[in-house]
Amino acid sequence: MSEASAPARKPAKGKYELDERLKAYQGVWVFVEHEQGEVHPVSWELLGEGRKLADTLGVELCGVVLGAPGLRTRRFCDEAFFHGADACYLVEDPVLANYRNEPFTKGLTELVNTYQPEILLLGATTQGRDLAGSVATTLQTGLTADCTELRIDPDNRSLAASRPTFGGSLLCTILTLNYRPQMATVRPRVMAMPDRDAARSGRIIEHALHLLETDIVTKVLDYIPDARQDKPQLPFADVIVAGGRGMKKPENFQLIRDLAAVLGGEVGASRPVVQAGWVELDRQVGQSGKTVRPKLYIAAGISGAVQHRVGMEGSDVIIAINTDPNAPIFDFATYGIVGNAMTILPALTEVFRQELALAKIAV
Amino acid sequence: MHIVVCIKQVPDSAQIRVHPVTNTIMRQGVPAIVNPYDLFSLEEALRLKDRFGGRVTVLTMGPPQAEAALRKCVSFGADEAILVTDRAFAGADTLATSYALAAAIRKIGENEAVDLVFCGKQTIDGDTAQVGPGIAKRLELQLLTYVSQVDDLDLAQRAIRVQRRAEGGVQVLQTTLPCLITMLEGTNEMRFASMDNMFRAARAEVRVWNREQAGIEDVARIGLKGSPTVVSKVFAPKAKEQKAEMIETESDQPRDIALTVVGKLFTQHAKLRGGLAKKLA
Ligand SMILES: Cc1cc2nc3c(=O)[nH]c(=O)nc-3n(C[C@H](O)[C@H](O)[C@H](O)COP(=O)(O)OP(=O)(O)OC[C@H]3O[C@@H](n4cnc5c(N)ncnc54)[C@H](O)[C@@H]3O)c2cc1C
Ligand SMILES: Nc1ncnc2c1ncn2[C@@H]1O[C@H](COP(=O)(O)O)[C@@H](O)[C@H]1O
Repeated sequence: MSEASAPARKPAKGKYELDERLKAYQGVWVFVEHEQGEVHPVSWELLGEGRKLADTLGVELCGVVLGAPGLRTRRFCDEAFFHGADACYLVEDPVLANYRNEPFTKGLTELVNTYQPEILLLGATTQGRDLAGSVATTLQTGLTADCTELRIDPDNRSLAASRPTFGGSLLCTILTLNYRPQMATVRPRVMAMPDRDAARSGRIIEHALHLLETDIVTKVLDYIPDARQDKPQLPFADVIVAGGRGMKKPENFQLIRDLAAVLGGEVGASRPVVQAGWVELDRQVGQSGKTVRPKLYIAAGISGAVQHRVGMEGSDVIIAINTDPNAPIFDFATYGIVGNAMTILPALTEVFRQELALAKIAV
Repeated sequence: MHIVVCIKQVPDSAQIRVHPVTNTIMRQGVPAIVNPYDLFSLEEALRLKDRFGGRVTVLTMGPPQAEAALRKCVSFGADEAILVTDRAFAGADTLATSYALAAAIRKIGENEAVDLVFCGKQTIDGDTAQVGPGIAKRLELQLLTYVSQVDDLDLAQRAIRVQRRAEGGVQVLQTTLPCLITMLEGTNEMRFASMDNMFRAARAEVRVWNREQAGIEDVARIGLKGSPTVVSKVFAPKAKEQKAEMIETESDQPRDIALTVVGKLFTQHAKLRGGLAKKLA
């Protein structure tokens, strides 16, 4: 990613001829990230997106699984097929039991050099970002972080990766021209989860790494899992009721919590509200917070600034409540209510409570 | 012990505005600050220095004005400041940036070996989190990203133990020096600049290195030439074709409005009603 101050380079537009050596790079790869025996859902979201890219290019979509030897690691390959992969590169090695930068960088770099994919996608998670930066530097290739859109440039078959820039007020499209693979990271929930098809299967390509534990400097001494209950799982909530500065006072957030409780949803917030300390950081939605894609997002007293929008516009249905009929949020919400959140929210809570009581009887 | 902290001067993005008509960035008057994420790393470095003794060198690559950001760091307690600046660096992406910074750190190490390098988790303008890992790979340093706490440092054994934030928990990692650490935000609080340090910062001699002085020979690997990625266009987010369906009611009673919108929601998105009811049942 070029720096903000960098001028756009000339040859980025139009056709260009790829080096002969680089034409050998083919196929779209998705790194399948896992921790403590569970695959991060962002990997499946990326396979969904990778499927489209691979189909546009007419090439294979492959998962890449690095892990400890055993059935569990092999199951990750099956899951990759269920989520759209045609093939899976598999490295089983005891040194890969827990994520560590050094052996994973070596493993992924070696796979890329051996099998030469043209595109390599990773989740923009703590693991994906740690690994992507190291692999891109080792391979001396380009990496675009935190993309919100991936497309194939029809002119030259290269990956056009778009991401927010300048603090999120604008987007930019970035190309990796005469380097392969083209690497990108994408945050969880930015791409839609593809349907899982358990009837699908694919080829497994096994690769041996020959790493010795004694050669690896960093040791994992312990892993302390987060207590699940007290952390809001905003990115995977089905319903989110979010409040912004228009809620006026921290006490008024109770109206947001009441509605969220009736809907069995989570509470979200815009950045100013988090910065004022009304709501904890884990609940911030947007560019510098969480990306969410609930079935229903209710935004009360939120103007809809781009930085907030990029974190929630993937929601299926958005209901916006705002006193200002010209608030930008009405440009992309599904339903708009011009009115005072302080009176509309309690009314909504009441109506939803009644409606859902009826619906429950019908279930 | 010798610690190098890489910092970057960035525009205070909270104050950047985009021209509503021309879609261009209005930079005029936007103040430049030290990348906020870098301060967590600088503070951690200063704490290690407080405990174990040694020196903290702050390093940046940027235009001549970036000197101000370095002085700010000296006022917090950094011992020495180095600015790497050269026209040849213009247009660098993260690969080219990490190349130049790695060369400068190697150069710094010629005088006094470097035990620890700190970088910020990410910048607020580039926002890539790639430069830290890039420097680590180039210098063959062990990489510890998203560190929430330094548990233990044993200079005699050259060993360090840290807690690293992973997706579903915290990893406790043990590694050897030299290594590169990026600190997680919110893990410490930057100290106030002392009067002494403020005076020192005002007088401090910031060392300015050009390309050659930073030990960079290969010009093909820096600046625009050394950058695999190119920005092909900058654009405003697309307006959705369809704007919100505005809820109109006879009365402006909240209950009427609520009934209308919930009615629409449950008829036009019938699956949602069932889904919600099932979850709550
Ligand atoms: C680098 C950067 C990153 C950022 N990241 C994020 C991010 O991750 N998430 C985020 O949210 N923001 C982020 N922002 C901030 C963003 O630009 C906006 O400032 C922010 O989203 C605005 O929050 P808001 O809508 O709550 O407040 P405001 O913009 O102040 O809007 C308040 C709204 O409430 C309405 N209102 C007032 N009274 C009432 C009432 N009684 N009933 C109903 N409506 C009422 C007003 O009409 C107004 O539209 C970021 C900014 C920068 C520069
Ligand atoms: N030009 C630079 N000079 C010094 N350090 C930098 C520079 N660019 C990035 N860094 C360091 O690398 C970190 C990550 O930057 P980025 O990859 O741009 O998100 C920053 O927090 C800084 O510590």
